[in-house]
Amino acid sequence: MPELTTWNALRRGGVVVPGEAERPRTGGWRTGVKPEVDLSKCVNCLLCWLYCPDSAVVLDGTTFTGFDLTYCKGCEICAEVCPVDAVTMVPEEVAS
Amino acid sequence: MIETGIRLMTGGEAVAEAMRQIDPDVVPVYPITPQTPIIQGFAKFVADGRARAELVNVESEHSAMSAAVGAALAGARTMTATSSQGLALMAEVVYIAAAMRAPIVMALGNRALSGPINIHCDHSDSMLIRDSGVAQLFAENAQEAYDLTVLAPRLAEHPDVLLPVLVCQDGFTITHSAEPVALLDDDDVAEFVGDYAVPHSVLDTAHPTTQGPFAMPDYYFELRRQQACALESSLEAFTEVATEYEVLSGRGYGPLEAYRLNGAERAIVALGSSAGTIKDVVDELRDEGDPVGLLKIVSFRPFPAERAAALLREVGSVIVLDRADSPGGAAPLHAELAAALYGSGTELRGHVYGLGGRDLHPEDIRRIFAGEAERYVGLRGAACPV
Repeated sequence: MPELTTWNALRRGGVVVPGEAERPRTGGWRTGVKPEVDLSKCVNCLLCWLYCPDSAVVLDGTTFTGFDLTYCKGCEICAEVCPVDAVTMVPEEVAS
Repeated sequence: MIETGIRLMTGGEAVAEAMRQIDPDVVPVYPITPQTPIIQGFAKFVADGRARAELVNVESEHSAMSAAVGAALAGARTMTATSSQGLALMAEVVYIAAAMRAPIVMALGNRALSGPINIHCDHSDSMLIRDSGVAQLFAENAQEAYDLTVLAPRLAEHPDVLLPVLVCQDGFTITHSAEPVALLDDDDVAEFVGDYAVPHSVLDTAHPTTQGPFAMPDYYFELRRQQACALESSLEAFTEVATEYEVLSGRGYGPLEAYRLNGAERAIVALGSSAGTIKDVVDELRDEGDPVGLLKIVSFRPFPAERAAALLREVGSVIVLDRADSPGGAAPLHAELAAALYGSGTELRGHVYGLGGRDLHPEDIRRIFAGEAERYVGLRGAACPV
């Protein structure tokens, strides 16, 4: 948790400028499953990139390279829209 | 055509002239009696090419205030106007305008809230948004409505304030009654109001911002206090701007006006046009040897409690006149004075008068000063509970 600021240290009206917003790592909200890709099946259509509500699909230029789970909620939309079934949802590893 | 100098005009026309001279960038507005003459007059100035504003013909007052918030935060000097039900419909967004610190100037033609539906003056519409965080200045006559409107952008846009400012004038009594009004030169007003510079324009894509962000329990309280503090400290900005305005116009304003309070044993406290009638009665009673006075409240929000208490310190008996009721509780102005005078030993009583446009006659004011008036002035039948 960042330190909470006083009322007079906040920008007027609560205006937030880039870089100042709190960044809760909402990937922690995932409830048991995460996406996994089989790159040998992927045709790089980028539908998963278009549909992902959390920008969890990582590209190198215009080439799909994998998932960044920092903000992934495990919603399964990527697996649902993948036309070649390259994305599957797998159980989360449980921390020992 | 004489543009400036002393002219015979209604409060509505005077404020339309003030708007033409201020020359705002954006005016989103919806007509409603008794505010309509203000915006009708200003719309004609725009149509005739004498004001440059983008006049936005919205479909409701909720939209008018929403458009005003967007325009003001984009960097446009923004004005609007409304009355009664229009303000009620705006209310949700009035709170947001204050929270987002949008310096919108609004002309309010005070009118009773429904129901029963009515078009005449009382202050229930102002009181509906009492706690919204906007400043509310009350004019006594058309001249004051003009002067306070010219002054308002400077107060709203003051770097220590940045809040909406409402200039309230009694519906019909001021909006529709013609009286001599001294107008300033167009150039003087333009120079006085200057340019509006928004701190963070929402259209500045080189420096993007999030405005009106969600605030959870960890920050809501702090942001509310920040906003309230801006309003509370705006009395100082008011004095600063009013001092400058006095140099320009020769007419001085303060958050309060003390009228013949020196040596007064009894004083009325009131808002709006009734103050003019009360002044006449005070003069008559003083001529008859009765030591009475008036404390007129110009700035109802922020309420200058300490100054009011200081001005009333020597007055033995204070009588508060409210032109709005608060069913089940103390009337708004009465509650302010009770808080301001708490512990002073001053005798305090209050009357509610003039709801729905009922006139307050000089004879009523005499009865009030004499302690002979009903709690609800002129009400037929006994006050309840009997």
